[in-house]
Amino acid sequence: MKRINRRHQTQEVKQPRYAKPARQDAQRTTTAGGNFVDKLKAYRDLHAHALFSSLGRLVASPFNSVMTIAVLSIAISLASGFYLVLANLQQLTENLETSAQISLFLKDEVSETHAKQLADSIRQNPGIQSVKLITKEQALAEFKTYSGFGSAITVLKTNPLPIVIQVLPKDTLEDTRGLEDLLQSFQQSVEVDSAQLDMKWVERLQSIMAVSQCAATLLNLMLGFAVLFIAGNTIRLELQSRHEEVVIAKLVGATRAFIQRPFLYTGFWIGFISGVVAWFIVTVMMLILRQPVENLSGLYGGNFHLLFFGFGETLELIAISSALGVLGSWAVLMYQLQHTKPA
Amino acid sequence: MRKRLSMLCLLKISLSEIKKTMLKFDNVTKRYPETGDVLRNISFHLRHGEIAFLTGHSGAGKSTLLKLIAVMERCSRGIILLDGENLSGAKEYQIPFLRRKMGFIYQDYKLLQDRTVFDNVALPLVIAGFGHQEITRRVRAALDKVGLSGKEKKYPMALSGGEQQRVGIARAVVNKPPIIIADEPTGNLDPELAADIMRLFESFQQVGVTVLIASHDISLIAQMNHRVLKLDHGQLVSG
Ligand SMILES: Nc1ncnc2c1ncn2[C@@H]1O[C@H](COP(=O)(O)OP(=O)(O)O)[C@@H](O)[C@H]1O
Ligand SMILES: [Mg+2]
Repeated sequence: MKRINRRHQTQEVKQPRYAKPARQDAQRTTTAGGNFVDKLKAYRDLHAHALFSSLGRLVASPFNSVMTIAVLSIAISLASGFYLVLANLQQLTENLETSAQISLFLKDEVSETHAKQLADSIRQNPGIQSVKLITKEQALAEFKTYSGFGSAITVLKTNPLPIVIQVLPKDTLEDTRGLEDLLQSFQQSVEVDSAQLDMKWVERLQSIMAVSQCAATLLNLMLGFAVLFIAGNTIRLELQSRHEEVVIAKLVGATRAFIQRPFLYTGFWIGFISGVVAWFIVTVMMLILRQPVENLSGLYGGNFHLLFFGFGETLELIAISSALGVLGSWAVLMYQLQHTKPA
Repeated sequence: MRKRLSMLCLLKISLSEIKKTMLKFDNVTKRYPETGDVLRNISFHLRHGEIAFLTGHSGAGKSTLLKLIAVMERCSRGIILLDGENLSGAKEYQIPFLRRKMGFIYQDYKLLQDRTVFDNVALPLVIAGFGHQEITRRVRAALDKVGLSGKEKKYPMALSGGEQQRVGIARAVVNKPPIIIADEPTGNLDPELAADIMRLFESFQQVGVTVLIASHDISLIAQMNHRVLKLDHGQLVSG
């Protein structure tokens, strides 16, 4: 091995073969030691080097990186936070949907015994699954405990709340026509002040949800563009500060791909780290929100549990932010390198 | 019939002439919109293994001529051939591969200050996709040749001007290009160091490399006794 090496070197120095064109020379090396696998290894090393050196560069200028990543992760956490809030609200309306319940608010002059009789008679209806009577006192007590106006209400001399009969129709009546008919008949009875199909409220909520979902999609699209531009601008500044290096690399024969590579990896890291930070921001916010939300859920007697990011969603979040980082950088590099002299 | 034959002979001669020619300028003009014709109707050629100086007053167009070879600028008219390949008409994606066939040396060295000597010299090899071992071997050999072995781990800042220029030279030759082009390589060096650097270039020529050195240092050029291409206001007046 040593002998071969020495021969190689003397040949290099003494022989006019040195003057051979570069391409032939490279070919000679290929047959001598560097085979295809070596080239492949060199290529892999190039990528690995770009991956880690770009991360190292980010760490080396922490102020700039922290600023960029802070802005990006706020934008990303806004977007993903909206997504999560909507997912939670969706879950809420889905729960509501199952209970298409009718509330009958009785007139003030109707007595409690009369109300009981009315409730019993409704219970006879074959289309009804269950009936629940809420007396004035019960309503007040419930209101006191959950509303937070407890002490204020004790001041009141008379109980302002009406007697309420909650009617839950059977599932067979789920179709809207049957429900509407039932509602009509309740409204016509003399004891009832007003009859309210909670379904209406649910429908309204659902259409509000649809609108907010659409708005959130638009908003997320805008935030996505913001991420794209911020990442791109960071790369533009990075490119500016390393302009000399780019020029020198070009002058010793670097291709566009070679010059772009470390910058694309920088874009990837920025997006990736921002995605991870955004995940933490949103998760911490949800943890803070958990207790109040569960209190609220208790108020409505619901078994509502706050949704956090699932495994798939976490991967999606990080993948999307990394992709946006790379994409923003790529767009800027396409433009800037086209306009960097020399070609 | 005889005429045909002689034509064929001529063609053959000119073909072999092209083959032996490393660098050929054919009626090259460079015009800048702001300053007009900086180079006018330049024609010359360098054979394989030839060494030549490019001289002329400051602003004569020496650097511009070298930039045309590096394809940092495009000529407005004419043809430039490097080892038979058309530089003036090269497509953008071809330029990096053409540049790998030339070793460029600059007055201001153009080294990466935040990289070690080793990394600076290795750059062309990394770009060309050489393997780790091959890179180490070649960088060592190149640094050895310019008398800088043992300084691999130093940063350019820690070196003298002459040493930095040697790093630049090592980087230019590490890829074993058939032609070396230097723009005022000794402009920042004192005469003794300048003579050293010139001897280094001569040693490359002796192993068959074509060398073109732009310099306005007339006394140094006179000492060396090589071919001189003289530019005057963008025109080639001798060579
Ligand atoms: N990029 C440019 N744009 C316009 N004019 C230029 C440019 N570069 C050089 N020149 C002009 O070309 C002329 C020759 O410059 P240069 O080649 O640098 O001369 P030298 O290297 O011989 O001193 C000068 O007059 C200079 O003003
Ligand atoms: Mg000059």
